[in-house]
Amino acid sequence: MSFLNAEYKEIAWQGLWKNNPGLVQILGLCPLLAVTSTVTNALGLGLATMLVLIGSNATVSLIRQWVPKEIRIPIFVMIIAAFVTCVQLLMNAFTYGLYQSLGIFLPLIVTNCAIIGRAEAYASKNPVKQASFDGLMMGLGFTLLLLVLGAIREILGQGTLFDGADLLLGDWAANLRIEVFHFDSKFLLAILPPGAFFAMGFLIAAKNFIDTKVAERQPKVEDKTIERVRVNFDAQ
Amino acid sequence: MTFFIASSPHEHSRSKTSRLMRLVIYATIPGIFAQWYFFGWGNLIHISMAIFCALLTEFTVLSLREKPNGKSISHQLFDGSAVLTAILLGIALPALAPWWITVIGAIFAILVVKHLYGGLGHNPFNPAMAAYVLLLVSFPVQMTNWQPPLSLMSIQLDFGNTLSTILTGYTQEGYSVAQLRTHVDGYTMATPLDTLKTDLTLGLTIAESRAGMIFGDNFALGWEWINLGFLAGGLFLITKKAIHWAVPVSFLASIWLWTLGGYALAPDINAPTMFHWLSGATMLGAFFILTDPVTGATSIKGRLVFGALAGFIVVMIRNFGGYPDGVAFAVLLCNMAAPLIDLYTKPRTYGHLNSKNNTNNENKTTNTNKANKANKANKTANTSKTTKERN
Repeated sequence: MSFLNAEYKEIAWQGLWKNNPGLVQILGLCPLLAVTSTVTNALGLGLATMLVLIGSNATVSLIRQWVPKEIRIPIFVMIIAAFVTCVQLLMNAFTYGLYQSLGIFLPLIVTNCAIIGRAEAYASKNPVKQASFDGLMMGLGFTLLLLVLGAIREILGQGTLFDGADLLLGDWAANLRIEVFHFDSKFLLAILPPGAFFAMGFLIAAKNFIDTKVAERQPKVEDKTIERVRVNFDAQ
Repeated sequence: MTFFIASSPHEHSRSKTSRLMRLVIYATIPGIFAQWYFFGWGNLIHISMAIFCALLTEFTVLSLREKPNGKSISHQLFDGSAVLTAILLGIALPALAPWWITVIGAIFAILVVKHLYGGLGHNPFNPAMAAYVLLLVSFPVQMTNWQPPLSLMSIQLDFGNTLSTILTGYTQEGYSVAQLRTHVDGYTMATPLDTLKTDLTLGLTIAESRAGMIFGDNFALGWEWINLGFLAGGLFLITKKAIHWAVPVSFLASIWLWTLGGYALAPDINAPTMFHWLSGATMLGAFFILTDPVTGATSIKGRLVFGALAGFIVVMIRNFGGYPDGVAFAVLLCNMAAPLIDLYTKPRTYGHLNSKNNTNNENKTTNTNKANKANKANKTANTSKTTKERN
């Protein structure tokens, strides 16, 4: 099973943690900060981005031999735009409520630097299988970050979780709504964009904290040093 | 007999952080006293709660952070900066705001605005005003329920009632905040600035609006005395050389200029200068908040620009913005602009050409500016450290 190859493991690790598009590359901040006010919105946008990322990575990788270097960016953008249009039409058809609440940020996936960044940095240099797996993992990393951010902001802002999940998943999901606590007044800052910046800052800090702790735990690899003896002839 | 030759600088500044902070805290007393006289115990309760929460947060963060070598936490904890932040926040909050407003505000001011940016002397924004804006944006209902001055209230508000309103939302007799704010004729009363703004949207002229009882006989009942109190405290600070005259003067002059223009052109929709000077947080902002040495501009020219910009923004927000008062927003916006102002108002160094004439020192300018900023932060806000080390 080639799936468990070291190469694929490395790709997954890069996408989910080490080189996470949101936490480390700080790419795609515009949708990240704008639509993560609830978990449902975050999940919707995350899934859309992931689908586009897989599709664009695979396509870019397929045609990488025939694309002239000079005009690669317009071609990438057109491929991405085609996938975004598909996703947008699908969401318009099947999850209309979510389509409305995501608004302009759905078509704006075209300009998401995380996607064009992956096309340029990875997919245009690697074979199809790895490229689409990379798209999946990067998209998954992005979606997970969106989910965590959405959960933090939704709990702080209105004290619920999965509010409006039926917009994305169908009527049965209305039962998913959890009221964590009830508060007379909403904490508006968490719902407004500044709250997203604060939550994002704390998440990046948490990631760096974990990384330093892990690095401290690692046994130190001792370099072999040549011990030199200092000979001092003038010593008395 | 020995003759010590001390190395330069020969003039030792005696002003330590704690001394400076204590001076500023004393200077707030007249304003706070006027606030107590017109609005009752509410602000004093908020100030004491804010001080408690701020010190608790400061203690927690300081004990988590790397210790300054050989010094205990208490030295930093009681340097007065956290207390001053808490006092300014407590003054700015509405007297009958619920208790958790103060708690959230104080913790946010110290933890996020001050310590996450590196602690005393490193914060780009004024902690008290950033916390105030956070609260105002997040809880508009609680943050705008200013009660009318005590003399206009139909329900008597003594210490016990104020405390129980802050803690539970109701007085001991069971009146809610909304009922407290209602006059005998059934109108809910707001601050003069708020009333003026609402009246203008209702089609009243300034003169008609200012006939209302909330404005009193002069400019703004109660508020004028609070502002005069802060003005007195500010003048005391200037005579003590704790703050520089440039920022307050240019701030007030800028407000005078813009409101004079508006009042001269359209007196029906623009309030006169004295009303703007003596209502809301004008004097508090001018003398106590904009003069913060860490978040403001450095040179005299820079400070003049800084104050003028703040005055302009305050008048714009009061006249055209969505909020009745704009001092807190103006302070934050000017804090953001301060590094840029510093960059363009760098004083000429003696013996050097004006930096504008040199073409190839773009990088140098920014570097020296950064060094200036760091120096300033160390010198003005963090003097305690340097003097301690020198001793």
